[in-house]
Amino acid sequence: MEASIITLAGALIMGLGAVGAAVGVGILGSKFLEGAARQPELIPLLRTQFFIMMGLVDAVPMIGVGIGFYILFAL
Amino acid sequence: MAGDYETSTEYIQHHLQNLTFGKLPEGYERYDGEVLESATWTIAHGATEAADMGFMAIHVDTMFWSIFLGGLFLWIFKKVADNVTTGVPAGTQNFVEMIVDFIDDNVKSIFHHKNPWIAPLGLTVFVWIFLQNLMDLVPVDWIPWAASMIGIPYMKVVPSTDVNATAGMALGVFILILYYSIKQKGVGGFAAELAFQPLPKWALPFNLFLELVGLIAKPVSLALRLFGNMYAGEMVFIIISLLPFYLQWTLSVPWALFHILIITLQAFIFMILTVVYLAMAYDHH
Repeated sequence: MEASIITLAGALIMGLGAVGAAVGVGILGSKFLEGAARQPELIPLLRTQFFIMMGLVDAVPMIGVGIGFYILFAL
Repeated sequence: MAGDYETSTEYIQHHLQNLTFGKLPEGYERYDGEVLESATWTIAHGATEAADMGFMAIHVDTMFWSIFLGGLFLWIFKKVADNVTTGVPAGTQNFVEMIVDFIDDNVKSIFHHKNPWIAPLGLTVFVWIFLQNLMDLVPVDWIPWAASMIGIPYMKVVPSTDVNATAGMALGVFILILYYSIKQKGVGGFAAELAFQPLPKWALPFNLFLELVGLIAKPVSLALRLFGNMYAGEMVFIIISLLPFYLQWTLSVPWALFHILIITLQAFIFMILTVVYLAMAYDHH
């Protein structure tokens, strides 16, 4: 019983974290492409900002994956 | 290797254990049943012993690898700077000039005040953290196995997977934020910035609470973001190394390729946020 709840917790951490970040990065990417299409001369600037934001958003699910694996395999 | 351990849990926990040096109290029962007659400074075996050493314990592997990589960075850049040529750069000089230019461009676009220390700080933070993260790409068993051959029981080679290392760096940035805030605005100006915005003066406790939380959140988020990413990456590599050795490359190669992006991105973000926070410390409201 307890083991199955832990497995479920790991699945929820990884799954829900991925959903949130996927929506976030999706919006971010679409806006980046839109901005790049409107003003191609701003692409270098936009790309830097895009990667900063992507790193910030991407951190959350990655940490979720780490914690998820920890509680699935090492706990 | 993974086959030498009783269970996969034991293997993972062994890989997540730092080489901890600390003081165990008198009468403490060690992992092998030995009871200490007096308080001893020694290497911890297992997580319980490391936890029982308390605050004064030190992670020897984290210290060694981070200082070693910092020294490597200084040595390479010093060597290039000594042999610098004015002609068309080649080899290492080309690479170093590229990194320095890259950092310089980014710092110039964010930090608009006069301070000759910010760009070198950004360069150090970026290259040092990048090198620390790069240790993640060394196969997880190589260095711990080599260390166990010469009698070192634990070895965690990626300093940034240790929260103490990342928190230490974030604390350094935090001290610089406080120093430059007070230097630019004075103690009164800094306190006023904390207390009298965003709402007018009558909401002082609320403002103070909001701004202090914002201030403390900066180093905490810096430290935990880098730690969390690197820890998760290391964890995935360790899980992959539980597979039979002829299957490992099917997962570890794609993950390592993806991880090259992550380690660069995290080093870059740590550097950018350091510069942004220091620029915020300079800005007057």
